[in-house]
This record gives sequence, C-alpha cells and structure tokens, in this order.
Amino acid sequence: MDRKALAAAFPVTVPVLMGYLAIGMAFGFMLQAIGYNFIWAFFMSLTIYAGSGQYLGVTLLATAASLGTVALMTLLINFRHLVYGLSMLEKFRGMGWRKFYMIFSLTDETYALLSSAQAPVGVDPRNFYFAIALLDQSYWIIGSVIGAVAGALIPVDTKGIDFAMTALFVVIAVDQWKAYRKHLPALLGGAVTILFLIILGQFFGQQQMLIVSLGVIVLLLLILRDKLEEKEEEKC
Amino acid sequence: MLTTAGAIAAIAVMAVVTFLTRALPFLLFDRGSAPPKLVLYLGRVLPPAVIAMLIIYCLKDISFAQAGSWLPQLISVAAVVVLHLWRHNNLLSIFGGTILYMILVQAVFV
Repeated sequence: MDRKALAAAFPVTVPVLMGYLAIGMAFGFMLQAIGYNFIWAFFMSLTIYAGSGQYLGVTLLATAASLGTVALMTLLINFRHLVYGLSMLEKFRGMGWRKFYMIFSLTDETYALLSSAQAPVGVDPRNFYFAIALLDQSYWIIGSVIGAVAGALIPVDTKGIDFAMTALFVVIAVDQWKAYRKHLPALLGGAVTILFLIILGQFFGQQQMLIVSLGVIVLLLLILRDKLEEKEEEKC
Repeated sequence: MLTTAGAIAAIAVMAVVTFLTRALPFLLFDRGSAPPKLVLYLGRVLPPAVIAMLIIYCLKDISFAQAGSWLPQLISVAAVVVLHLWRHNNLLSIFGGTILYMILVQAVFV
C-alpha cells in the first residue's frame, strides 16, 4: 500500500469516517438485538458492505426470510448502484486487480467521494482511489463491530430500533425528491405498492405481491417513458 | 431464528447479489459500447420508485385498527422528513426519528 496515497486520502474520507462509524454502530446494535453478535457483524460488513442493504439484512435475518426474498430485496435496494457503475467505467480503467475491489466497494458514500475528489500532485490517482475505498470500508467494519459489542454490553430496551431502516429510506426519498424534477416515479412506486402489497397482499400473500408490485412499477415506467424522458431532458 | 447454516446462506446471497448489482455495468458496458437508452432511462426513474416501494414495505405490518400501531410510525416518519428538510443532516434525521419512535413505542403508546 502506497503511504503517500493513504496520507492524501485520509483527510478526504473524514466525513465518511463520522458517518460510517455512527451508521455502522447502529447496524451492529440492531444485529445484536436480534441475537447475532459482533462476529456476524464483522463478516456481514466484510462481505456484503452496503449501508441500507445491511439494515435490510437485519430485518431479513430477523424474519427468517426465504433465500428468494433475500435475493429480491437485496436486488431492489441496490438497484441504484447500476447508475454508479456507469459513471465509474472510465475512472476504474487500468486499475488491474484492484478494480475488482473498487467495484465491490462502490457504496453511496465512496461513490460520492470518488466522483468529486482529486488526487494531489505527485500521487497516482489509482492508488488514491484505492486508498479511499479501503479506508471507507475499514470505518464501516469498525463501526459495526463496536455497535454489536456495545449492544451486548449495554442493557437497553431495543424495541423499535428497527425503525432506523424506515428512517434511512425516508431520508433517501427526501434527497431524491429534491434532486428530481419529476416526482411521478416516486408517487407511482408508493401508490402501486400500497395497492398490491398492502391491500391485495392480505389475500394473496405479501411475498408474492412484492414481486408483482415491482413488475407493475417497471411496466408503468416503460409505458410512461415518452412522457418522463421528455421532461427529464429539459434539465440538461 | 434461522439456523447458523441458514443465516450464512442468507448473508452469502446478500453479498453475491450486492456485488452483482455493482459489477453489472462493468460486465456489460466496459468494452466501449454505449449502454442502451432504455437501461439509462430505467437507471434514472427506477431508484425513486423503488425507494418509495421499500418505505411502504417497511410500514406494511401496521394495523389501522389500533392507534398504538400506526400513530408512532406516522409521527416518526413525519419527524424524519421535517428534520431532514430543516437540517439536511442524514445522521440527525435517522437517529432523531429512531429515538423518537423508540420512546413512542416503549413509553407513550404501550
């Protein structure tokens, strides 16, 4: 590991250090609350490494969801990564074996840093990007382990702590609402899910209805493509 | 609770699917071919729709028959929105809302 790149990357990652320690600790805390200790927290943060994905993972583990549901829900929540990758194609070119790790570790926060951060003069940009990615994941792992250990040591009534996941999604939705000019996709997603998951889910089973909701949302978005595409282009 | 093997399997599935969503653009479009417009379009409009869907999914177990079930959720979601519009601080919004919810379900609507 290039020391100069590490030293240059550290100041850039300080905001993520704060955020990941806090959100990672909350994850570890929630995981401990459903009966999985710090070893589980460590391995989940090492192998999955996704903020909102691991929050969802706590719920999936707690409800003993089927592997099919686990796969579908993980796919849904990580769908936005598709857009991240598209804008990183150029940046990761020529990174050799480290490219694999760069793709694996492309979280929202790392993406945000990589999009804006510039390597200082004299530091190889590729080493710099790699150092940012590596530091970010180490904060996340440390935070989640601390949270799980704290959860085991501090006897608090954790009832209701799972609301952190809802809160996280609401925060993402508020940010998206402000970033997008067209709110139809968000409204459509909410309305279709209420109709299929909440109302029809009572009769046909919620797991199946979740897949149906997603299918209907994609279908409606495809039908409305002309209308939505036109409006989005005005932005450019 | 899942068996140890079941939990490891669930975590492995989460890890593999998460990696695939991150790797897909590189697998498909790294040879220099431009991504189809349809993919770019879905990549732009699907995330807000999916987040809205996941919020509803989180709230799916509330029962409108008892105030103790839906009022804490409604109040806390509103608090997260207001906090976030006001301070624009992710951590404050998430932890503020969660602590409020925990107080509501543990001490107020018991």
